[in-house]
Amino acid sequence: MTGFPLIEVEDLRIDLDDGSRRVAAAEGISFSISRGETFGLVGESGCGKSITALALIGLLRSPLSIGGGVIRFEGREIQNLSAAKQRELRGNRIAMIFQEPMTALNPVSPVGRQIAEMFVLHKGKSWREANQLAVEALSSVRVPAPERRVNDYPHQLSGGMRQRVMIAIALACGPDLLIADEPTTALDVTVQAEIIELMRNLCAERGTAILMISHDLGLVANVCRRVAVMYAGRIVEERGSADIFRAPSHPYTQGLVASLPRLGSRAALGRTRLKEIAGVVPAITAFPDGCRFNPRCAQATDICRAVAPQTDVLEAGGFVRCYHHA
Amino acid sequence: MKLRANLVIGGALFGLAIIVGLLAPWLAHTDPVLDANLMNAEEPPSWTWWFGTDGQGRDIYSRVLYGARVSLTVGIVSQLINSVIGVALGLSAGYFGGWWDDVVNALTNLMLAIPSLIFALAIMAVLGPGLTSLLIALGLTNWSFTCRLARASALSLRNQGYVQAATVLGYGDLRIMITQLLPNMLGPIVVIGTLGMGSAVLSEAALSFLGLGVRPPFPSWGSMLSEARDQITTAPWLSLFPGLAIFLTVLGLNLLGDGLRDILDPQSRSRRT
Ligand SMILES: Nc1ncnc2c1ncn2[C@@H]1O[C@H](COP(=O)(O)OP(=O)(O)O)[C@@H](O)[C@H]1O
Ligand code: SF4
Ligand SMILES: [Mg+2]
Repeated sequence: MTGFPLIEVEDLRIDLDDGSRRVAAAEGISFSISRGETFGLVGESGCGKSITALALIGLLRSPLSIGGGVIRFEGREIQNLSAAKQRELRGNRIAMIFQEPMTALNPVSPVGRQIAEMFVLHKGKSWREANQLAVEALSSVRVPAPERRVNDYPHQLSGGMRQRVMIAIALACGPDLLIADEPTTALDVTVQAEIIELMRNLCAERGTAILMISHDLGLVANVCRRVAVMYAGRIVEERGSADIFRAPSHPYTQGLVASLPRLGSRAALGRTRLKEIAGVVPAITAFPDGCRFNPRCAQATDICRAVAPQTDVLEAGGFVRCYHHA
Repeated sequence: MKLRANLVIGGALFGLAIIVGLLAPWLAHTDPVLDANLMNAEEPPSWTWWFGTDGQGRDIYSRVLYGARVSLTVGIVSQLINSVIGVALGLSAGYFGGWWDDVVNALTNLMLAIPSLIFALAIMAVLGPGLTSLLIALGLTNWSFTCRLARASALSLRNQGYVQAATVLGYGDLRIMITQLLPNMLGPIVVIGTLGMGSAVLSEAALSFLGLGVRPPFPSWGSMLSEARDQITTAPWLSLFPGLAIFLTVLGLNLLGDGLRDILDPQSRSRRT
């Protein structure tokens, strides 16, 4: 198994069938994540992060579908696996947690049972063993008094506790990859930090790779070693996260970095407005020709409006998709 | 939580009917079939014969107690069959959608269009009278409301976050239906089931009254009514007590269904807490 990256996405395209025609909701998506690595996917809402994640776990449903490209898990193509084979991967080798801890748990089932079900489903454990393992799983996400908490129903837990339970469920079977799609967006800031810390530590201990998805570049760069920035269905820049902060290369990334509040800066103290990128993300059906960022880009020239730029490999590592990048 | 009058009274009446049916051998004064004695035929209710006797001198009180067994067996078992069919069809139709949903919908509409008692009559005509035929006939003909309800619930539940989360965690379709959908629709299904039991008790009475139910001489409330038809003016107690038993049991089940609806309905629950 060594030698291959854990997961490798090559020129992935995701089609959206709007009844009369197929349009690419995302295209040219390529990245790879090694075992135990942390990788981030950042971009404004609607740029195609979640659908990319769904494609990885084989859960794109009509009107969305994979329109081309390859997804390899441990060197094996998985995008055309049978439904049953994909199901064996899901939750077992590739796990995912979502944004809404409030609705992602079954309200009429005790949380311990929901954790235990993973061991029964994927590891063939008996319910007796599984219930025991559920207590351990709950204690590993630092839920106090886990042997009592397993009997609680979701509505008896706070938002932060529920997200801990979600993490316990996701990590129950010791997956190789954890996809976290906006895992803390619905939580308040102090809880956010705790949850991120917990997730990062647990994955580091167990050698689980993380694909962290968020609109928040600051959060992602904080957790991940490498970051890909997505805009309107394309990855426009992929770099080490330190580099991306220090010297963002793509005009869109530069805008994102400039809009981040910095500790001690005037903006963080609320004295000046944060710099925002003017304009909005175009709809899938109205993607502009050429570089999709051109209507919002200050450096745009004629070629930008005519032909989409290819990726430029950067000397320091990573790539950028822009004619006039820094 | 405050206990509601309909729940208490309904539960008590239904509970009483069950206890009476279970304890019939101990509560009855005579054997319901064998202890016939023409010497005391058509005695009116008295201290000796609490509910009077019939034309063959059998104790009506004892026969009503034993009759509970048939009525309740038919009510409970046939409704269980209906609930299982209705939930299986409706839940899968709502969850999978597509052609299967169309098939189930067509079937449900067909069942709704034909009055279930007529349908049951037709099945009884083929199977012949008897307890098993009753169970089959009533069990196959009254699932359409449960099916509708299960389908509608599945349609709305399948978009819930926890159902999608289960998909992401690698749950198969069957596991999702059983662990994520079914428990979340159980409340209303139980309510419909309780009400359905009431109507099954009535249907049993109707079919037995028509001579299609349990064969005499073993008593059921319906067949007792049927036998009492000719003496309704001369010996009204023959019809009164089995009729009262049916009335109270069905009333109890309806009140119980209402009461369960009140406590299980999430809207009324949140209103009170
Ligand atoms: N089920 C769907 N049907 C139609 N369009 C969809 C569907 N899911 C997502 N999209 C579209 O695909 C694009 C990318 O969505 P998404 O991946 O959810 O964005 P985000 O980056 O915010 O996670 C959006 O324009 C969205 O409107
Ligand atoms: S390619 Fe042109 S329009 Fe696109 S980001 Fe670069 S400079 Fe701006
Ligand atoms: Mg999203």
